[in-house]
Amino acid sequence: MLEIIGLMADLQDEDKTILKGVNLNIGAGEVHAIMGPNGSGKSTLSYILSGKDGYEVTGGSATLDGVDLLDMEPDERAAAGLFLAFQYPVEIPGVGNMTFLRTAVNAQRKARGEEELSAGDFLKIVRAKAKTLHIDADMLKRPVNVGFSGGEKKRNEILQMAMLEPKMCILDETDSGLDVDAMKLVAEGVNALRSEGRSFLVITHYQRLLDHIKPDVVHIMADGRIIKTGGPELALEVENNGYADLLSEVA
Amino acid sequence: MAVAKLKSDATEARLAGMSLPAGLDVARKDASSRLMTMGLPHKRDEYWKYTDPASLTQADAPQAALFHNDEAPMFDAVDRLKIVFVDGVFDADASDDLEAEGVTITRLADVAGADIHWATELYGTLEARGQTPVARPLATLNSAFASDGVVIHAMGKVAKPINLIYLHGDTGSDVMLHSLVKVDAGAEVTLLETGPAAARFNSVLEVDVASGAAFHHVRSQGRDHERRAVTHCFAKLADQSLFKSFTLTFNGKLTRNECIIEMLGDDAVAHVAGACVGDGDDFHHDDTVFITHDALNGESRQVFKKVLRNGAVGVFQGKILVKEGAQKTDGYQISQSLLLDDDSQFLAKPELEIYADDVACSHGSTSGAIDEDALFYLQSRGVPRQTATNLLTLAFLAESLEEIADEALADDLRARLEGWMARHG
Repeated sequence: MLEIIGLMADLQDEDKTILKGVNLNIGAGEVHAIMGPNGSGKSTLSYILSGKDGYEVTGGSATLDGVDLLDMEPDERAAAGLFLAFQYPVEIPGVGNMTFLRTAVNAQRKARGEEELSAGDFLKIVRAKAKTLHIDADMLKRPVNVGFSGGEKKRNEILQMAMLEPKMCILDETDSGLDVDAMKLVAEGVNALRSEGRSFLVITHYQRLLDHIKPDVVHIMADGRIIKTGGPELALEVENNGYADLLSEVA
Repeated sequence: MAVAKLKSDATEARLAGMSLPAGLDVARKDASSRLMTMGLPHKRDEYWKYTDPASLTQADAPQAALFHNDEAPMFDAVDRLKIVFVDGVFDADASDDLEAEGVTITRLADVAGADIHWATELYGTLEARGQTPVARPLATLNSAFASDGVVIHAMGKVAKPINLIYLHGDTGSDVMLHSLVKVDAGAEVTLLETGPAAARFNSVLEVDVASGAAFHHVRSQGRDHERRAVTHCFAKLADQSLFKSFTLTFNGKLTRNECIIEMLGDDAVAHVAGACVGDGDDFHHDDTVFITHDALNGESRQVFKKVLRNGAVGVFQGKILVKEGAQKTDGYQISQSLLLDDDSQFLAKPELEIYADDVACSHGSTSGAIDEDALFYLQSRGVPRQTATNLLTLAFLAESLEEIADEALADDLRARLEGWMARHG
């Protein structure tokens, strides 16, 4: 599914190297987690994969089902099946949530040569999916993320994921700013989307999200590299001992 | 050369060979003599600092190529009473009968013969009042020389909007129209103005809104690239009256829209809004607004949004004057530009002048680019960059369009904006 080989990248304006050779291979249907201390490059990795401006890839590759991601515009990557759930979902005053969702769904369908959804069909689908995420009609009507609470914003991200049905989902610290109940709700939304053909990369600081979204593989990232890979027990080890031991092991 | 001399020379040159049209003689003579005293505007006038009036004051109208518009006429789907002027000349065949329930409509050219007292009394009066504290000589020029216009008297709730349609068919047409609207107590009327009108257009609209009456004004100034226009709306508001005006401007070499409102009765509401989109360094658009609060508990809003690219220039001069005793005034003013590149310019002069001590007035002015974070967010969901830019541009304009009460009218304007963005993407 997602194959990253020796990915290196700089922050454009500051001439600073953030990724120093990331290797990652996520198979179809797998859930991988990346943990790591602040500043290790986790979020940067998610931005570079989804095509945010401001970074320069200096080496390596990233492919989704064999297709070069790095060569595409962000919207083309989305149409190819990549989805990033933002750590800080952006507020867009003046654009209704519903308009936004329909524009996105239909833009992707169009890009893939599929027929656009009619307003009626779209409405039916979005209402059903919103209901399971406890998103009410008012949230759908309001401008995108404007005035949403932290929990509402994250649920809105998962609703977008549910509507767009991507192959490869990256969750960038989706648990940040959520209380326990909100986190459970979001995790349930994610788990409902797990399937054989859909893979997840969960970026998080804390083990507790991984209690709810159970990973197959856990990676530890530090200083722009994956320094250790293991099973779910690796996340528990971090939770109990912090990163210090792991970092000194490598050094 | 001193500015005064420059101005009097320019005024003489402009008026050479012109004679006052028949009818409304007293008002026209009065306007003519006021004009000679104040002189036509010059770019060295403070009020014309950001917009050079030369092409508006020069003797002959600059040529403006005709634009073939292949879109359906504005507000085509709306049931409305159409009154058509081609280069300022009334077109009876293209117009509907000037009759509708709750309203009488007369051409300005027929007012003298029809002996409509209120119109004779109103003509030029609000324009003259609007000359202080700032002179607006082009409006006075209009009062003296306007060739025609429409006189509307709303006596009840007028069933459908009245649409003045201004067509442009002559590359050198130089047109002055002057219209009057009187809205009786409790009455309500919607006036639509659409189309480019002429190579050079000077319009005056005087609106007298009585107690508890409502006046809605929605305007779209046509897509002709080379046209020039200076428009003036003077309004007087009685107690508990409502005044709402929205203008959409596409293209145009030079557009200056002045709106001057006096809130004379308590609890009156005045909203003036505008959206303009300009592409290229031959686009210059100026909104000049002056709202005077002279009564209790008045509410005024000014909401102006401009989208500018490739060297387009936008100007906003907006003032709220709260007179002594106009307590509990609630004034709001916002002017914003979306600059789609580094070449475009937005010049804003927001002003508040307040002589009452118990009022709430807020104002803001911003210039900015498209929000890159929002753009990336939309793109990351699969929306192509251009579509995302257009969506964000419409979102930027949304606050001004929300000032239009009638959804069908607003939807038509939104669709035109989408079309413009698709063509100028």
